[in-house]
Amino acid sequence: MHSPRFRLDCSQKGEVRVILSGYWTLQSEPPNPGPILSALVPEVRHLHFAEEGLGNWDTRLLIFLQNILNHANTEQRAIHLEDLPSGVRDLLHLSATSPKQSPSLGANKESFITRVGNRVLDLTDQSIEIATFIGEIILAFMELLGGKRPFKSRDFFGFVQSCGVESLPIVSLIAVLVGVILSFVGAVQLQMFGAQIYVANLVGLGMVLEMGALMSGVIIAGRIGASYAAQLGTMQVNEEIDALRTMGISPVGFLVLPRMLALMLMLPLLCIYADIMGILGGSIIGVSMLDLSLIEFLEQTRKTLTLNQCGQGLLKSSIFGVLIGFAGCLRGMQCGRSALAVGAATTSAVVTSIVLIVVSDSIITYFLYR
Amino acid sequence: MSATAAAITVSDLTMAYGSFVLQRGLDFTINQGDIFVIMGGSGCGKSTLLRHMIGLMQPAQGEIWYGKENFWKLDETDRAAILRKAGVLYQSGALWSSMTLGENIALPLAHYTSLAPKVIDELVSFKLSLVGLAGFESYYPAQLSGGMRKRAALARAIALDPDFLFFDEPSAGLDPISARNLDQLIQELCEGLGATVIIVTHELASIYAIGTNSVFLDGEKKTMLATGDPKMLLKECQEETVVQFLTRGTGKREVRTV
Ligand SMILES: Nc1ncnc2c1ncn2[C@@H]1O[C@H](COP(=O)(O)OP(=O)(O)OP(=O)(O)O)[C@@H](O)[C@H]1O
Ligand SMILES: [Mg+2]
Repeated sequence: MHSPRFRLDCSQKGEVRVILSGYWTLQSEPPNPGPILSALVPEVRHLHFAEEGLGNWDTRLLIFLQNILNHANTEQRAIHLEDLPSGVRDLLHLSATSPKQSPSLGANKESFITRVGNRVLDLTDQSIEIATFIGEIILAFMELLGGKRPFKSRDFFGFVQSCGVESLPIVSLIAVLVGVILSFVGAVQLQMFGAQIYVANLVGLGMVLEMGALMSGVIIAGRIGASYAAQLGTMQVNEEIDALRTMGISPVGFLVLPRMLALMLMLPLLCIYADIMGILGGSIIGVSMLDLSLIEFLEQTRKTLTLNQCGQGLLKSSIFGVLIGFAGCLRGMQCGRSALAVGAATTSAVVTSIVLIVVSDSIITYFLYR
Repeated sequence: MSATAAAITVSDLTMAYGSFVLQRGLDFTINQGDIFVIMGGSGCGKSTLLRHMIGLMQPAQGEIWYGKENFWKLDETDRAAILRKAGVLYQSGALWSSMTLGENIALPLAHYTSLAPKVIDELVSFKLSLVGLAGFESYYPAQLSGGMRKRAALARAIALDPDFLFFDEPSAGLDPISARNLDQLIQELCEGLGATVIIVTHELASIYAIGTNSVFLDGEKKTMLATGDPKMLLKECQEETVVQFLTRGTGKREVRTV
């Protein structure tokens, strides 16, 4: 197989002939076009391309020629491609005549000030969008209270099932382990004073006030918030949400409301469940390592906890439910029209909900203990 | 209303995504009972024009009139009232994936009418049989082929016997015979329901077979080049781009219907 080659023929005045030979394929290294370009002095009026024993060729030849043509100042001299295979000519012509202009989407040559300005405008747009979304949710909720049900009850119960029953295994595992961890941490310190019975206080208060709500919130943000964003995002990509809109059916009422309601209903229940599992987890350590009996441990827990404290945990988890549903649905509805955008929406939903959960948790705790 | 009343008038419309202008100076009228074809090369903004007409995108400039109502100046409830008379077939079908075909078609019926569930079921199976999908009520969209999804989406679009039907490339992805049948179906629906049909399509055969009016958008000049009956455009239009499009690039001005 012959490697790609060219020969220059400058015998006629004012004319350069390039004679190509060999196999011009992507597998072979092309020769350096330098000699051709340096031969193109201003006096040259004609640039001829010809072939002599040209074997197989593919895009390698085309980009080689195109590069030369780009540098050859085609306004000043005539280019002759007649002696090349017609396929080469046609493809070069096709590529040269296709419109070069691509729409300036988010033009990249903006000045710094323009970019800052655009960011600010984007930010206001986004705030308006979020405010509108919240407003729409409230309106849909009022409609529901007014006795109109804008969604299918089968959908709603499906969401209840996936938030509730189907989340139990993972919530059990995490809550038990958190209970175990809490009681370990406490046991090491309290054993030094012979006060191991107070491990029950620590675990009970820790779970009921904080960890039950927080852990179930984080789990549900990852499990359910993400799936809401992905579902709504995919519906956005498939124009399903447009189809609802043009049909005059509010996507917020039809899609967002049942999801939010399911979360608001199930997260507090999951929180209670997580509290119980956490206390059981703590008692495992109490019984196995601290020589406490199960009855002793549970009795101590019962004496420590007040209904008020349980209420605080529940309040938190109700708020987390709203926040997770809000973040997941918002990101889903804001999703762009591509598979990539769905991925971004999902990630962003999880990040947003976890940030919202932790921030709101600290605010609530601050006000409760002030 | 007389047969030639203007159903939709687009006047001096500019469409833009942010600062990127797609088309400007669009001016045309769609008459009652027209089968109106929106033509143009890929990416010139046909789907976007449709989105403007069905209330999904606001014009950057200009107006869209439904009869005597300035569509984008109305408040949301009035716009919804107009759209209630419109059926849309999206380029991707856009069936609701969490619902069966039957539920997809029943949803608009249940939302806008107070018909008994049994009547709705009958309507649903009738609409499905119109598009050749009788007995597919309990299938989910994911269980259908692309062409079947298109037809099911058509059944949903005509669920409420709309006055306006919008189609975005209805025959893309269909075999020639189904495409032909779909054309016939559209024509029959148009005559049977008295609907005005607005259709985006590249199929020259359909354009000549059913189109009674049209507009041609050009992506490079960013404006419309011609409007009128496609068969007349073929004979008389002076714009080179339009002639090339209408003759499949051959420049021979003769109507060839399959
Ligand atoms: N969300 C968007 N943001 C910015 N530009 C967009 C967006 N959607 C579409 N465009 C641009 O608008 C132009 C027109 O898109 P549109 O979908 O209307 O084309 P079309 O005429 O329907 O093409 P086709 O025949 O291929 O369906 C394209 O150039 C596209 O790049
Ligand atoms: Mg399109």
